[in-house]
Amino acid sequence: MSSVARAPFRFFTRLTLTRLTGWRAADLAEMLEHLRKAPGSVVFHHTHHFLVQHQHLSPEPPNDFAFWVTNVLQEDQLGERLAAIDTIQFPSLHELRDRIIAVIEEYLETRQALRTAPQGEEFHFMDAVSFTLPTRHQATTLVEFGQELGRVGYATISYHLFEARLRVGADDNDFSCWLERDLGEHDLAAAIRRLDPYTHTMEGLRQRLVSLVERRATAER
Amino acid sequence: MTGLAAYAPFVGEATIEDLRLLGDRLRGRRVQNINSTAVGGGVAEILNRLIPLFREVGVDASWDVIRGGEAFFAVTKTIHNALHGQPVALTDQDIAVFREATEENARNVTLSDDIVFIHDPQPAGLIEKRKPGTHWIWRCHIDLSAPSPAVWEFLRSWVERYDAAVFSAPQFSRSLPIDQVLVAPSIDPLADKNREIEAHEIERVVTSLGIDPSRPLVTQVSRFDRLKDPVGVIEAFRLAKKYNDCQLLLVGGSATDDPEGAQVLVECRERAGSDPDIHVVELPPMANIEINALQRASTVIIQKSLREGFGLTVSEALWKAKPVIAGAVGGIPLQITHRYSGILTHTIEGTSYWIKQLLNAPDFARRLGENGREHVRQNFLLTRHLRDYLLLFLYLDHLGESLISLG
Repeated sequence: MSSVARAPFRFFTRLTLTRLTGWRAADLAEMLEHLRKAPGSVVFHHTHHFLVQHQHLSPEPPNDFAFWVTNVLQEDQLGERLAAIDTIQFPSLHELRDRIIAVIEEYLETRQALRTAPQGEEFHFMDAVSFTLPTRHQATTLVEFGQELGRVGYATISYHLFEARLRVGADDNDFSCWLERDLGEHDLAAAIRRLDPYTHTMEGLRQRLVSLVERRATAER
Repeated sequence: MTGLAAYAPFVGEATIEDLRLLGDRLRGRRVQNINSTAVGGGVAEILNRLIPLFREVGVDASWDVIRGGEAFFAVTKTIHNALHGQPVALTDQDIAVFREATEENARNVTLSDDIVFIHDPQPAGLIEKRKPGTHWIWRCHIDLSAPSPAVWEFLRSWVERYDAAVFSAPQFSRSLPIDQVLVAPSIDPLADKNREIEAHEIERVVTSLGIDPSRPLVTQVSRFDRLKDPVGVIEAFRLAKKYNDCQLLLVGGSATDDPEGAQVLVECRERAGSDPDIHVVELPPMANIEINALQRASTVIIQKSLREGFGLTVSEALWKAKPVIAGAVGGIPLQITHRYSGILTHTIEGTSYWIKQLLNAPDFARRLGENGREHVRQNFLLTRHLRDYLLLFLYLDHLGESLISLG
């Protein structure tokens, strides 16, 4: 028989409205200038919106900065370095932003001239306004948790898996936190913590989560 | 199945649940949409589909259309072209005509005491009659990336008085003291223009226009408007036809606020001359099933816009998994990633080159179409559009915030 959690896991959804900042960059110097003053919500938009917009693509396209640097400025080496930034290791968006800035600055130290984007292909900085709402989905056992993971939307999965940590400042992802604290599922919590959401499509990520939870629920029985 | 539930097979149950959750938080709020035409053009199409869905989720949505004579719509067309970057200016007489029509409409339309949602420049001046405590949104469907400065300044004095402005692509945003939001338009997978239709129906429509269903067909669906470059499409087709057996179809209608359309249609017919493989067809505004059938019958679809607000016909074609060649302007690059989900071109010669490539490489063309359909499913269906607008209405109570908790 499945253990019953001390408190249910309540699934939230996160919906995003895109705010336009009016900032645009035609070269790396302008990109750095805007990045230095960019709030976390801007960094979040440009490092995460691809995850939801291109759910069918695998591997995922890289973050917007890497995409623009590679495809518009055609600075392939820098684009590769920006794409390789290990987003999941950064505990906050400000630290992620500082790393992006550092990678660009390091690259510029070796460069004499800046490439300029063709007219009409400038980088436009955007801002993510996030709305969070509780859904009707909740779980008190592992079995229920696995079932609900199969039903909720991608926005719910991304919110609990990495957004709550990055944007709200939680120490851990919500799933691992609940599994460990309310069900005593230390190994499962650790396995979910080890997932890199940035190398899966959202559907791939959902299937991986469901599979981990179902396997553990079967073993528990 | 009707209403929102009918969209679940396309976008999933969770998306529908999200929309209902948002609606719960807006229950009873009154949103008055105002634009300049009830039929024809993308804005009227979108409002026709969105209004019932707003109501279904709990928003008390209404829609009013401003009125104006021939002189007013000639001025609004000038404004439209100027905002798209054409070097035209407004005369004192034009400004007088515009202001007079705005005053007249302000007298005839009862403005909402909650949220007023103004679409495009034609009704923008109604902000003069804003009641205290109301929220006003200006929705711009036009490519504002390089507007004529004088005409933009004329409009800007009104736009600055709104709470928020909404644009279809990031490059259209301007330097404004108000919040600016990105909301791409959308297509409706259930609309006659996009729903699945039987093969015999497709063939009936095609043959009724004298098109040979057994030969490749290259099609551009759009209003007869110079900004859609229909004459450029004819030239690109002629270059491609030297080496490929194919037919061209230019099909579209004229909206009630587009007096230039008839003139452009004549130019197209003149340029087509007596070539039996070039079909220039004007259809009535509600010929949606016919448009659907013609898109589905096409081998390649073109949208060779020179300027574009968004280019909904691109998403329509992609939803039918068609390979699309489109001008890299306005919102089109949001819909097409070059060589992945379609082809972006900048010239007549480039368009011709890619027509030949796609006619001769059907596997590549099919892959482009399939990728395009998935991209539209994720980003350009009506449910995403509804969601963005609901979020925007909620945002009006949280202007400037980035993290908003709704319970």
